[in-house]
Amino acid sequence: MAVATSVESAGSSQPESASWTLKLRQAIDRHLPMDHLLPDRQPYYVGSWVYVFGVVTIAALVWVVVSGVVLTFMGPQWWHVSGVGRFFNSLHFWSVQLFFIFMVLHLWGQYFMAGWRHGRAATWMIGVVIFGISVLTAFTGYLSQQNFDAQFIAINAKDAMNGAGIGVFFNVLNFGQMYGLHVMLLPIGVTALVVAHIVMVRTRGVVKPIDAEGGAQS
Amino acid sequence: MKSMGATQEEYYRGVRMIRYDLVKELAIALGAAGLLGLVLAAAFSSPDVPQVTIATWAQSDPLDFVTTAADELAGSTTSAGYGNPYNTAGEGQSWGPIGPQKWFGTRIPIDSANAFVIQPLQRASFSNANLASALKTWQDSDADQQGKWLDAYSKALPDATVTDGNVAVVAGDYGPLPVMMANLLGIAQAGALDGLLVSGGHFYQTDYTQPLLFMGDGGYLSGLADQAHLTGSQWGMMNETGSYPGQTWLWLYTMWYQVFPFTSDDGFLGLNAGNADLGIIILMTLLTTALALVPFIPGLRDVPRWLPIHRLIWRRYYAPRRSSASRIEAPQL
Repeated sequence: MAVATSVESAGSSQPESASWTLKLRQAIDRHLPMDHLLPDRQPYYVGSWVYVFGVVTIAALVWVVVSGVVLTFMGPQWWHVSGVGRFFNSLHFWSVQLFFIFMVLHLWGQYFMAGWRHGRAATWMIGVVIFGISVLTAFTGYLSQQNFDAQFIAINAKDAMNGAGIGVFFNVLNFGQMYGLHVMLLPIGVTALVVAHIVMVRTRGVVKPIDAEGGAQS
Repeated sequence: MKSMGATQEEYYRGVRMIRYDLVKELAIALGAAGLLGLVLAAAFSSPDVPQVTIATWAQSDPLDFVTTAADELAGSTTSAGYGNPYNTAGEGQSWGPIGPQKWFGTRIPIDSANAFVIQPLQRASFSNANLASALKTWQDSDADQQGKWLDAYSKALPDATVTDGNVAVVAGDYGPLPVMMANLLGIAQAGALDGLLVSGGHFYQTDYTQPLLFMGDGGYLSGLADQAHLTGSQWGMMNETGSYPGQTWLWLYTMWYQVFPFTSDDGFLGLNAGNADLGIIILMTLLTTALALVPFIPGLRDVPRWLPIHRLIWRRYYAPRRSSASRIEAPQL
């Protein structure tokens, strides 16, 4: 009981309500209890294939990240000279294609379900931001390939970037900048926002059918 | 303040709940997506057309290389007259008062003639007296004289002959240009120009702005891109080499380059082919913002209610109720 005594002793110097740690834990418990984060029950109408598009998008993202980590670890030249490297690049390439296919299906599914209703507008908006950053991530990936495609896409794309004034900060002809963004900052951004998106979905739960309560408005 | 947990419980009050194994669903999805990716990777591999170097350009099409180098000296290439962020030779794109290309200035300064021709030749002239003499003649001449030499040389180039990788023009008053161009071509064919344009005085390199701009000024790279259907008028931004899907998610962005007013010189409301990049970036920014704000845009947010697609998605909900009593059903997976 010596530990308990010392904790009580240390804690006695400040009121319990002033503890940031306690406040954070209570906020998490209040807003995202485990039975909401990992529920084993869902409304009976969650029985459509449309709901699968979200989870397969996450699954494809996992494979994008796994194959990308292998490619990053071995360096940007590896897959050009190694059969194993080429295979991992192909896995990365097709996982990206699947990720976008599933994400677009998920987006259209959520649109036709008006998934933003009943206080879920922020979830929808973060989803659109994830789509935008994913496009940017894939674009920097194409620029990082170190092959003919990367060269010509860079030459072509520079005009759009420069015309919009973005080229000063986002130089598509600078391999180091594009590669750094592709393997580090942008994937972190996508992953963090996907986690936030999932937490928001789990916090609110899935939306009800359109005429269950209210219309298709937020 | 009402807790979010209570809110979800209130939200679902009266709704029949069924068992649903999210973790199992994710595990199956991981396996399925991974298997699909593996099969596609094994069956179709991925595109990897080798990069074009300045050396392969100079070896494969020496006349295009020399013509481009002469154009760099004349200041008539795309990069030489580009404007910001490389130089101030061009106005850059603008739409009315909106001209971000000008706003941010010359942040990546590149003098095409010096960067792509004169400076590499100066480095190569270290142990080449003939080249050093030609360069001195060129640099000691005034702009008017240089212009006359360049004009005569450029007019002779279309009829030039290429023998064993060397470009020869008919005799004429070209000043030191034939010596300079022959040396630049030799340096390029040997692969040295690839390194010289990247080095910038640093040992470690990751910035390929200069060699890509130089190659972009020539016709060789764009000719290869045209064959591979990669140019802007061929939906190039979303295409890639071979029969691969490319960046299909850029279809809407790429589409605007194929339609009025972005294909027209006259255009509409000041938007035309000349400022298509700026106009399309603005348009796509607005469209993306609208997509994000769909929940708040009357009409757009009501379409799902008007179309019966949601009735297909929630077939179980809209099906005639057999029983109004709440019950627990079997697991979905």
